[in-house]
Amino acid sequence: MAELPILDLRNVGKVYELNDQRIEALRDANLVVEKGEFVCLIGASGCGKSTLLRIVAGFEPPSAGEALMWDKAIAGPAPDRGMVFQDYGLFPWLSVRQNIGFGPASRGLPKAELRVLVDRFVDMVGLTRFADAYPHQLSGGMKQRVAIARVLANDAEMVLMDEPFGALDAMTRERLQDELLDIWQRTKLTVLFVTHSIEEAIFLADRVVVMEPGPGRIASEHRIELPRPRDVSSPEFNAVRRDLSARLHSHHGKKAA
Amino acid sequence: MSASVAAEGSAGEKKSRPGGMVWPRLKAVLLALVVPLALLLGWHLAVKAGMTRLIPSPADVAEYMVDFAVGGIWDDAFSATLHIHLFASMTRVYGGFALAALVAVPLGLLIGRNEKVRALLDPFLQLMRPIPVTAWLPLSMILFGLGPRSAFFLVFLGAFYPILLNTVFGVRSVEKRLFEAASMLGCSGTAQFFRVVLPASLPSIFTGLRLGLGLAWFVIVVGEMTGVPQGLGAVIMDGRTLSRTELVICGMIVIGIAGFISDRIIVAIMNRLLRWSPSHHG
Repeated sequence: MAELPILDLRNVGKVYELNDQRIEALRDANLVVEKGEFVCLIGASGCGKSTLLRIVAGFEPPSAGEALMWDKAIAGPAPDRGMVFQDYGLFPWLSVRQNIGFGPASRGLPKAELRVLVDRFVDMVGLTRFADAYPHQLSGGMKQRVAIARVLANDAEMVLMDEPFGALDAMTRERLQDELLDIWQRTKLTVLFVTHSIEEAIFLADRVVVMEPGPGRIASEHRIELPRPRDVSSPEFNAVRRDLSARLHSHHGKKAA
Repeated sequence: MSASVAAEGSAGEKKSRPGGMVWPRLKAVLLALVVPLALLLGWHLAVKAGMTRLIPSPADVAEYMVDFAVGGIWDDAFSATLHIHLFASMTRVYGGFALAALVAVPLGLLIGRNEKVRALLDPFLQLMRPIPVTAWLPLSMILFGLGPRSAFFLVFLGAFYPILLNTVFGVRSVEKRLFEAASMLGCSGTAQFFRVVLPASLPSIFTGLRLGLGLAWFVIVVGEMTGVPQGLGAVIMDGRTLSRTELVICGMIVIGIAGFISDRIIVAIMNRLLRWSPSHHG
């Protein structure tokens, strides 16, 4: 028997009811993620990728099907699944250090241990010089580093990222992509990463899951076999990009037809 | 990391030029003095030109003020009594304000967080809100009698609503995202209240406290119309009855200054506690 997957979604669906209107955000999603895998969800807006992520996070219960982590139904948000939001979601009244230590501190970790732990993660994301700054004093890239460190410091097994670099400029985005891969390779975390950029998905993922709208569903999965570190300007990378791009557009073409 | 460099640059600049801070501050003070001085001058000239005989000149008021504060000029019933009246008013203002804060903040947190409490209390409180404090005066005198307890109650009433409403607003406008962030980090239930709701609504609570304290000073004159012998409001009412306009103006000035100092103190506390907030730096 194969090893238990960290995440197993079985026919997961989500329907929102908004004043008599029934909106089907996600239908029949099946996805298995192995521990240590880096999976990107990609698709146009309305394809249910964020909904899927929120169900895994436990922010929304599925209206149909089962969402299992380590074979147990996901019953709500918990520290084993950390979320990194596009709009950061940092606590503005806490310093970088306190934000990163939020989870362990609310679990009641002793002060001395907390300090060592927080220092380690502040250092990991390269914010030592800004450890006592407040979020409003940081750039977008720095805020997102804090958000990532906050989840890692809390010992999350799986990191859920909802277009985390979408609001950043191109240079910062590339840098954070590199840093994220570096952290992922060192920690062997499992990452579920939502993006709308084909290039970002191919650069980061072991596997790209293509989703399509109306109603949101998983259309296809693609394993990315390119060796790491990946070079976005190489012909091989371009070939994969062209292929994936064609598939994305063919899905959309089908929908329009 | 251009942003970090920029941030450091400005921080370094502030530290390296302490002398550079004197002129902007002085300029601010001078600018703030322009309008009051012009008004004072206008008042002085108007009295001098004989436009009114009922209002004393600024110099007269200043003289009465000195007498009111330390005595030795007129030596009447009001000489050297400023501290007594100021103290009496302050106990009512701060007492009423403290009680209002003590009731309104927890109540506001409750109304903001709990649907049932909101359904139970919000309509009633909204209905009572438009009634001006002045309208409560007769009833308050019946309920609490003539004297300081009535004044205390009216100040309480005046400070209560701004604190309550701003607290409710603060609690209700905590970003949903922060609750999600807290719960995925393992903080939920009651802990979330103390670690998220309370700090997140602190800026609004402080806004409410600031408005409340301002209103407490605002209603003190009405509060002391209830027949108390001492207090700045009582002085103003006495001044009116005795046609001693200079006394009325002295009372007004003292209330203005006391209210201003109170406000500065609360702003200082606020800026200290809320230094994380970009909108609380001055």
